Amino acid sequence: MFQFAVRRLLLAVPVLFGVSLVVFALVHIAPGDPIDLLLPPEASPEVVAQVKALFGFDKPLYVQYFLWLRSALTGNFGVSIFNAQPVLGQLLVALGHTFLLAIPAAFLGFGLGVALGLTAALNHGRWPDKLCSAITTTGVSLPNYWAAIVLVLFAAVLHPWLPAQGIWPDGVPLLGQLRYLVLPVGALSLIPMGVIGRFTRATAIEVLNQEFVSALTAKGLTRLPVLRHVCKNAAPPVLALMGLQFGYLLGGSILVETVFNWPGSGYLLNLAIFRRDIPILQATVVVLAFFFVILNLVVDVAQAAIDPRLRR
Amino acid sequence: MADAAISSTAIPAAPAAARPVVGYWRNVGRRLARDPVTIVVSLVLLGIVCIAAFAPLVSTGAPFEGSVLHRLAPIGTPGHWLGTDEGGRDLWTRLCYGGRLSLLAGVIPVMAALCVGGGLGLFAGYAGGTVNSVIMRLMDVFYAFPSVLLAIAICGVLGNGFGNAVLALSIVFVPPLTRIAETVTAQTRRLDFVEAARASGSTAFQVMRHHVLPNVLGPILVYATSLISLSIILSAGLSFLGLGVTPPRPEWGVMLNALRSAIYVQPYVAALPGLMIFVTSMCFNLMSDGLRSAMDVKLDA
Repeated sequence: MFQFAVRRLLLAVPVLFGVSLVVFALVHIAPGDPIDLLLPPEASPEVVAQVKALFGFDKPLYVQYFLWLRSALTGNFGVSIFNAQPVLGQLLVALGHTFLLAIPAAFLGFGLGVALGLTAALNHGRWPDKLCSAITTTGVSLPNYWAAIVLVLFAAVLHPWLPAQGIWPDGVPLLGQLRYLVLPVGALSLIPMGVIGRFTRATAIEVLNQEFVSALTAKGLTRLPVLRHVCKNAAPPVLALMGLQFGYLLGGSILVETVFNWPGSGYLLNLAIFRRDIPILQATVVVLAFFFVILNLVVDVAQAAIDPRLRR
Repeated sequence: MADAAISSTAIPAAPAAARPVVGYWRNVGRRLARDPVTIVVSLVLLGIVCIAAFAPLVSTGAPFEGSVLHRLAPIGTPGHWLGTDEGGRDLWTRLCYGGRLSLLAGVIPVMAALCVGGGLGLFAGYAGGTVNSVIMRLMDVFYAFPSVLLAIAICGVLGNGFGNAVLALSIVFVPPLTRIAETVTAQTRRLDFVEAARASGSTAFQVMRHHVLPNVLGPILVYATSLISLSIILSAGLSFLGLGVTPPRPEWGVMLNALRSAIYVQPYVAALPGLMIFVTSMCFNLMSDGLRSAMDVKLDA
């Protein structure tokens, strides 16, 4: 088991290296010089050179890459071109806000998804299956940014129940803070609910068709203990997908965060793109991708811990 | 000669009085025709495609002309049965024309990724060994990015525009299609009939064309159809963020974003472009489900 974990960790290193290369290359194939945005067109060449040197844009690309990688590995992502504040501080605050949405959304989405998927599988072909499948398929087909707008429409515009914009101002009590979470978390949880629901259903149906289920039933086990065995067998692939989905929640919250003006990492990335704030853009994408790789690693190891057959 | 014999004997000649041999694809078609859900969603999709394609005929106005006097008219206004948008333009007309870019931005990236990723996957799966490792490890790097994040990052640095959005989504969809194609090809390659064809002297191309491709096409196509749904949501999402199609060109994502601030004035009108995105992506998802069960394809995540 330990061996497997180490091997899996070693495999992640070249991937992370590749990720850093892709992010760096991505930003430098972009048209337009970020310096042009910072300085007025009439700026003298000396000033341009000075600012370029300040941000390191005057060095050859590969030198820029290694300098960037070296400082990034120590947690130093430079300063924002827009407001000259350290990138790391802004990114950590934003990531905190994103986790605030992603964690409850994951719990809600995964819980509902597993419940719907199991209900569908256990009633395969009958009306509860059709109903649950309709709900989960709707979940994966809904553009979550539109769902967010519709939620705002019903719960904030037509009925002024909940706040529709932003994070709470200072001094709001805990219960009041929760009110700000309801709509964004609801919108974010739709996709994981749908994906996990559909996958749980497919996996559980496959397990239910295996011979050991008939054998257990023939042995005289009642429905509940049989269900326990089914769940145990269906759990590893579903858990793996949950890990991936949590990664997608972190990286994909940008659209929902934009609708709610939620100051998370997606919102930060969006701002960085429109301000052509390259240090922030690079740092956000690299850190989110890094999280995603680590998450995959944890999921793989966890899967192998549950199911020894996977420790190849 | 030997390979010609193999490929002609692969389908045994039907005995004279026996029932004709029904092909695999005809069987799939027959099963699809018996599935009411698939028929309904196909008709709805056909309707949406027709509305977009024949927009000048079915629409009731001009997509770029509006009057500020009639901005944000409610649903059911005479002359504007779906109301008007923030520029006073007829919403039904804009939705019809908007379908063009939205559908194209959904379908083209999947097609492009199907060609590139499908080809790479077939190649990697058939070649095996080092070639396979190099291609698949390269794909692993792109797998390390959540898809939405990668699309937004690529589009963000390339700048907005329809072409860039399509390019960004194509890049995002290559790795998953490569992986699916590689998996099914590698599985098929190990089967006995492929081994037999190779042993009797078929060239790699012949084996691929007659023995591998017919067996892997189904799963790859089913997966690609399910990606179209995602592609439509994501491309509209990119435009919604201001990274794809730019206003005033009609596109559902752009329209949704433009009407977002009108939600307090005309809530139902403001929600309509998103409804189109939802219905279209739902139809593609259901069609993919129908195809999957008709072809009896099993796919992992």
